[in-house]
Amino acid sequence: MMKHRYLPLTESDKSSMLETIGVSSVDELFSDIPDKVRFNGEYKIKPASPEPTLAKELARMAGKNADLINYSSFLGAGVYDHYAPIIVDHVISRSEFYTAYTPYQPEISQGELQAIFEFQTMICELTGMEVANSSMYDGGTALAEAAMLSAGHTRKKKILISAAAHPEAKAVVRSYAKGQYIAVEEIPHTDGVTDLKALKEMMNGDVAGVIVQYPNFFGRLEPMTELEEIVHSEKSLFIVSSNPLALGALTPPGKFGADIVVGDAQPFGIPAAFGGPHCGYFAVTSKLMRKVPGRLVGQTKDDQGRRGFVLTLQAREQHIRRDKATSNICSNQALNALAASVAMTALGKKGVREMAAANIQKAHYAKKAFIEHGFEIAFDGPCFNEFVLKVNRPVKSINEELIDKGIIGGYDLGRDYPELEQHMLVAVTELRTKEEIDAFVEEMGDCHA
Amino acid sequence: MHNEDQPLIFEITSTGRIGYSLPEMDIPVTNLSDLIPEGFIREEEPNLPEVSELDIMRHYTALSKRNHGVDSGFYPLGSCTMKYNPKINEAVARYNGFAHIHPLQDESSVQGALELMYDLQQHLKEITGMDEVTLQPAAGAHGEWTGLMMIRAFHEANGDTKRTKVIVPDSAHGTNPASATVAGFETITVKSNDNGLVDLEDLKKVVGDDTAALMLTNPNTLGLFEENIVKMAEIVHGAGGKLYYDGANLNAVLSKARPGDMGFDVVHLNLHKTFTGPHGGGGPGSGPVGVKSDLIPYLPKPVIDKKDGRFVFDYDRPQSIGRVKPFYGNFGINVRAYTYIRSMGPDGLKAVTENAVLNANYMMRRLSEHYDLPFDRHCKHEFVLSGKRQKKLGVRTLDIAKRLLDFGYHPPTIYFPLNVEECIMIEPTETESKETLDSFIDAMIQIAKEAEENPEIVQEAPHTTVVGRMDEATAARKPILRYQKS
Ligand SMILES: Cc1ncc(COP(=O)(O)O)c(C=O)c1O
Repeated sequence: MMKHRYLPLTESDKSSMLETIGVSSVDELFSDIPDKVRFNGEYKIKPASPEPTLAKELARMAGKNADLINYSSFLGAGVYDHYAPIIVDHVISRSEFYTAYTPYQPEISQGELQAIFEFQTMICELTGMEVANSSMYDGGTALAEAAMLSAGHTRKKKILISAAAHPEAKAVVRSYAKGQYIAVEEIPHTDGVTDLKALKEMMNGDVAGVIVQYPNFFGRLEPMTELEEIVHSEKSLFIVSSNPLALGALTPPGKFGADIVVGDAQPFGIPAAFGGPHCGYFAVTSKLMRKVPGRLVGQTKDDQGRRGFVLTLQAREQHIRRDKATSNICSNQALNALAASVAMTALGKKGVREMAAANIQKAHYAKKAFIEHGFEIAFDGPCFNEFVLKVNRPVKSINEELIDKGIIGGYDLGRDYPELEQHMLVAVTELRTKEEIDAFVEEMGDCHA
Repeated sequence: MHNEDQPLIFEITSTGRIGYSLPEMDIPVTNLSDLIPEGFIREEEPNLPEVSELDIMRHYTALSKRNHGVDSGFYPLGSCTMKYNPKINEAVARYNGFAHIHPLQDESSVQGALELMYDLQQHLKEITGMDEVTLQPAAGAHGEWTGLMMIRAFHEANGDTKRTKVIVPDSAHGTNPASATVAGFETITVKSNDNGLVDLEDLKKVVGDDTAALMLTNPNTLGLFEENIVKMAEIVHGAGGKLYYDGANLNAVLSKARPGDMGFDVVHLNLHKTFTGPHGGGGPGSGPVGVKSDLIPYLPKPVIDKKDGRFVFDYDRPQSIGRVKPFYGNFGINVRAYTYIRSMGPDGLKAVTENAVLNANYMMRRLSEHYDLPFDRHCKHEFVLSGKRQKKLGVRTLDIAKRLLDFGYHPPTIYFPLNVEECIMIEPTETESKETLDSFIDAMIQIAKEAEENPEIVQEAPHTTVVGRMDEATAARKPILRYQKS
């Protein structure tokens, strides 16, 4: 009997193949594995499960999780519950895309190559930058790679990072910096934005790059013009991490003179998926084009003059340059870059602004509602879709109560900032209705400080 | 595939057309300029497309027809394990409780997700023979770097700071030396001998008290099992170094040999290869790392733990190398890999490797009459041929690859590994039938014949694709990396 629906070789196939090879058993093909390290028998793991049984078991497991479809979420902190056009999943479910690999053979990979070329273009348009790559693992590792690029480019060994950048991205930057013997120093924030005075004092000729997040982790807009001036005064690179959706309504970092802009395209049609896979993006000025990590797609012509696309500038990459490559990245997040492209295409010129603006409007509405209910806002000021709420008990205990009411509460800032215990980072996206916001404010009831 | 130029999405837009449906604004709306200060409101609109929903679907459907995936046809891309991507994986990964959960939700509200991750780790521990596993790395290369950072932390904790070198065979994948650099090491290359295996004498010469680790994939990228693995482990361990296993080729040894039993201290797996996370046109992947007990303290944090029947994230790991990725890894790919492992079970996984190795040896044997076989011994899941014989006739390996396109195949990996001239690296995988292998072999035999009798047809291939060979030199010399409105 056949063992498995994914395994097509029949017994008669096997015996005729063994005969061709000239061995009497499959086992002989493994005779080069020394007895000492040969594994005999079978793994002690769960037995095979038939399709319907497994589908049900895993549905039950999934059912133990509170999901963003059935709950109202006010949790953001880098991952957001946004409108994902339904068409996105239809496109990325086309198996010509999802069962292919890196487009090494351009003649039969024009679809993927062109889709990436369009992705690169859309990221450039949103960020105001000249060159974008085909994707990175996520916003955090993209930021780390940006820091490494700045160190390599300037031949300096220090990175300054704003305290108001994403705590997990900061942690990833530190891990990569350790690998490269690069020092990382944190620029404090004042009232929720990067402290310009502190930055000025920290700046000197040793600084390779300065990292800020815009909008920052607290939802606030950074003083971009002033930051740029300070950073470039010492010929350091100005590295900006941005939620690309926000750039539908906000002045893009490129306009403020950023050298590298990175972030995560998750807000564009990519499900939260417990934190991954998402889709890092990486954009630079044309001056830094040849320093970019990862794959780049370029336009060219075929031998008959027809337009086509290829992987290009590969001399930067690990398969050519090995230990001298600009990065070790190989597989990236191509399918999610495709998802983001479809979402950006669906939203288009008008929709991206409308959606970004809706986030601003709804967040400000929610903030006002909280203030009217006697809550205090920490670091109050213009924001994109997040703000910081002071509460009078541990955020964790509030969230445990909210979940029973069908609400996923905001992020507990005390986890990363000891001075911000009993502060909740609240995210309000375009998907939250007035009714949901009002109910959330109501449920928060007497949690004000 | 059809031959017309496929316009860019930017070339089919029409002002005012829309493809979205946003929720209504059910709150009082203010002027944006009342909420956002001057200078921060975007003035120039981004030049994104303006198209209808059907325009979008037609555009991407047209693009998909210009793309070859495993579902389109045979894809024997060596070192990439292009096996069938089961559809149940796709369905399960889209369940609300997996696709639509937030990584920062309270642990109590995501117990099902933690349970899956925990159980996947248990399965991977048994499969690799390692003591603990982290799911955080996003892909193979990311796992390599993570593993090397842990090895560095281990040596540093022992005050062993002069271990600055990582040894890598000349047949290694490019990510190995690149990851060593990113982890702050210097790469030392060790040669392969005439049998395609690491030269033990050369290894002894380069190993020393400055050796941090040896990185090895076993079977190696030639598809050959490093028979001297026990000796190699002794040499490296004897000098105080660690042994790193690049698990990209694990499909060759499921239930036959475990990295942990071979003496490896660290291993990364490519769940998007052996464990059917789809390749996605280049990603996303997932690159879990397994370690032996002495490296457990250095695992990236958080680590998933089970306490009193509940699953928790443990952040209290003072010796951890820190975070390598925001959140907990590419969960969506891990869900697919878990679904696959549970679909196969122990006997299924064993059959996977047996059939993969049988398929590879069958193809190798049949093709060896028509192409040079640089290493004539049993291969594992893949094998390499050399196009040397055809090169003498003026037909290069690149031409052979392009000619295969005319037969509807994705070509094998070519010109890798670097230590084989005109290399053709073929990995059929276990999910292909004998009929498929035979048709591909027939095509390869025909191409070998054409190289002798009618080389132009190979040299000028492909003849049937939507575009011909690309001018890659111009693409690199005058890069056009984005669309610009003319
Ligand atoms: C042998 C080997 N090692 C490492 C890698 C890198 O894995 P990834 O592309 O997932 O980073 C690959 C695949 O590309 C590989 O084939």
